[in-house]
Amino acid sequence: MHRHALQGVLLAVAALATPAQANKDVVDRTADPNQWVIQTGDYANQRYSKLDQINRDNVKNLKVVWTFSTGVLRGHEGSPLVVGDLMYVHTPFPNIVYALDLKNEGKIVWKYEPKQDPSVIPVMCCDTVYRGLAHADDTIYLHQADTTLVALDAKTGKEKWKVINGDPKKGETNTATVLPVKDKIIVGISGAEFGVRGHVTAYDAKTGKQVWRAYTLGPDSETLFDPEKTMSLGKPVGKDSSLKTWTGEQWKIGGGTAWGWFSYDPETNLFFYGTANPSTWNPVQRAGSDGKPIDQKWTMSIIARDVDTGVARWAYQMTPFDEWDFDGVNEMILADIDVKGQKRKALVHFDRNGLGYTLDRVTGELLVADKYDPAVNWTSGVVMDKNSPQYGRPQVVKQFSTFQTGQDKNTKGVCPAALGSKDQQPAAFSPRTNLFYVPTNHVCMDYEPFRVSYTAGQPYVGATLSMFPAPGSHGGMGNFIAWDAGQGKIAWSKPELFSVWSGALATAGGVVFYGTLEGYLKAVDEKDGKDLFKFKTPSGIIGNVMTFSHGGKQYVAVLSGVGGWAGIGLAAGLTNPTDGLGAVGGYAGLRDYTALGGALTVFSLP
Amino acid sequence: MGEAGVSRASPTRFLPSHRGCLLKHVGFALIFTAAFAVLSLLQGAPTAGQTAAKKEKDGKWETADGTPTYQITGDGTVDWYTFSGFRRYHSECHVCHGPDGEGSTYAPGLIESLKTMSYADFMLVVASGREVVRADKQSKMPALGDNPNVMCYIDDIYVYLKARADGVLPRGRPAKRVEKPAAADNAEKACFGGK
Repeated sequence: MHRHALQGVLLAVAALATPAQANKDVVDRTADPNQWVIQTGDYANQRYSKLDQINRDNVKNLKVVWTFSTGVLRGHEGSPLVVGDLMYVHTPFPNIVYALDLKNEGKIVWKYEPKQDPSVIPVMCCDTVYRGLAHADDTIYLHQADTTLVALDAKTGKEKWKVINGDPKKGETNTATVLPVKDKIIVGISGAEFGVRGHVTAYDAKTGKQVWRAYTLGPDSETLFDPEKTMSLGKPVGKDSSLKTWTGEQWKIGGGTAWGWFSYDPETNLFFYGTANPSTWNPVQRAGSDGKPIDQKWTMSIIARDVDTGVARWAYQMTPFDEWDFDGVNEMILADIDVKGQKRKALVHFDRNGLGYTLDRVTGELLVADKYDPAVNWTSGVVMDKNSPQYGRPQVVKQFSTFQTGQDKNTKGVCPAALGSKDQQPAAFSPRTNLFYVPTNHVCMDYEPFRVSYTAGQPYVGATLSMFPAPGSHGGMGNFIAWDAGQGKIAWSKPELFSVWSGALATAGGVVFYGTLEGYLKAVDEKDGKDLFKFKTPSGIIGNVMTFSHGGKQYVAVLSGVGGWAGIGLAAGLTNPTDGLGAVGGYAGLRDYTALGGALTVFSLP
Repeated sequence: MGEAGVSRASPTRFLPSHRGCLLKHVGFALIFTAAFAVLSLLQGAPTAGQTAAKKEKDGKWETADGTPTYQITGDGTVDWYTFSGFRRYHSECHVCHGPDGEGSTYAPGLIESLKTMSYADFMLVVASGREVVRADKQSKMPALGDNPNVMCYIDDIYVYLKARADGVLPRGRPAKRVEKPAAADNAEKACFGGK
């Protein structure tokens, strides 16, 4: 024990001496390609592994080496972690954690199963998914569906501390992973469909004590936006930048939750995340007092905050006055890339709204905003002229504006659908090709908003929508694409029957991996997307592919277990209203391909 | 905001009468797969209740025993309440139960449930919720009795799903509908307490 105490002292000293240092344990372990210790692979969220034993030539020989049933049927998002000789596997609600011994054929070393009130289940919009654990300093951090954050001893599974982050009775739940950074654990919240007011919160990693909380909406004192120092598109945001963009007190039930991923840049001490939709889905109900659109900041935004204080350095709102449920929560990938001929410290983000954004992550300057699915039609593009009053704003096409079409009227053929050109399933970046590998949806919708009333803890949606595969395309509901974020161009695009709802993995072996909703683990060539290997796992894949090595051998692992938004929207198949009355079942129903069941499948070369 | 002042039919109103068939329904479910083929052959033949003469009052239809029902004419025009049910279902219910009542990986298909479930049982489950805890499955239907966005339109949602369950309404948005009757406007206002 005294060794631990000494380490603690050393850490404390180190923290004092170099305040900008990230968590050393996380930095060291994420630099070691044998391990996979946080969900995003590394702080930059690149999901790139330096392991190259499995390569373009031999990947066709991959074999399943072992499997593990999680015992839970719901949608399995996220991925296992590997720390040294142990693998950590999580499940959706009830959020079981297993520690498996890689030295002993996956024997269960410990299991932790929290007791949670089942009443949290129905307040989780779109399945009881959980995007996984994080490891730092001999501790496993579990953020339960009911928003209890638990620190577990990584060796024994014993509770070190726990703290409750939100109130499920108000619709506050959790599906996201946490970010362990420096001496803090940063966590988000779900529930925009229940009128939750979104926030991110930092807890002390050692004690669970709350350090700061930053709301997405509200007065500066609660959003931690500095009127002079917080920048947006090159200008200070000014006083009460959020409050000014809401009618009355709607911000108090205004959504803008933070249920996506976090990335971190040690150089600037900033962490980055996106915020969700404003509540309700009926934009007419959220209009300004003059009946005109109003921004509803800082929903639908990319926000960069200082880890120590939570104060926002910069923010950029992608979809002001959302009319389609295009949450901005998808991952923020940090990469130093060439942007239009200039080396930039970039942040790359594939938004639900169908635009691929490249920003300068230090200043928040907007560099690129282009469609990463040609089907996207709700906007004619983002104004890039810095002198225009519309600078940085997407120009909405009238025909596809659910606000302009109006309440109780059906706006037809909006692309993408509410599930976005991409949802939370994270993309990968390969420094070998400088390309981003992006799992996407190729689905459009009709959207009809109408009036709803707010009740605490009850759904607060206010729109009817029907979804269908993008018309005039390949008929499938997804694509797996390679994206050049410096140019804003699709390098190649590979059609898929269903939305690709699995996180991608890029590797130094030149192989890119992803899963499909039918249940295939696929390996493709980083150059052109050509299929190199596929294997049908026990259930549809909405988990993220990861890789590790143990005993000198590289493994690839993925969680199967269909569900999530994809399982809800696509289980029965989609219909195309343009086919006319009665033309039903023309499109594939997921239930004809796969069934429920959580399972881990681990692959390696023979 | 706030939940005060919402006047609506008390969910308890729906509790008694002909319920208590839940166990029987489990039994039905078991033989259901076999029965389904036969039912399909009958080509959406109206189930008991629909065969009897329907009554209409202010655009709202009900069966002889007073159960709300749908009205679909030969050219596919649906009554207002069935259309309204389509909208409300896809706002309040489909995020769990899937599009068009077809079910999802998360919650059962209501077009199956409503083949056997009575109006009273439907009301009971929607208003009070239902929990299933088994070794392989934990599911929980929330109690929506306090939710005016559901309860003010509960008959609408019922008749929409019943039409889907009876096989007389295809998937997707109903192509044609009658105009909203004044009575529906008034009922809506009354239910939301004039808000």
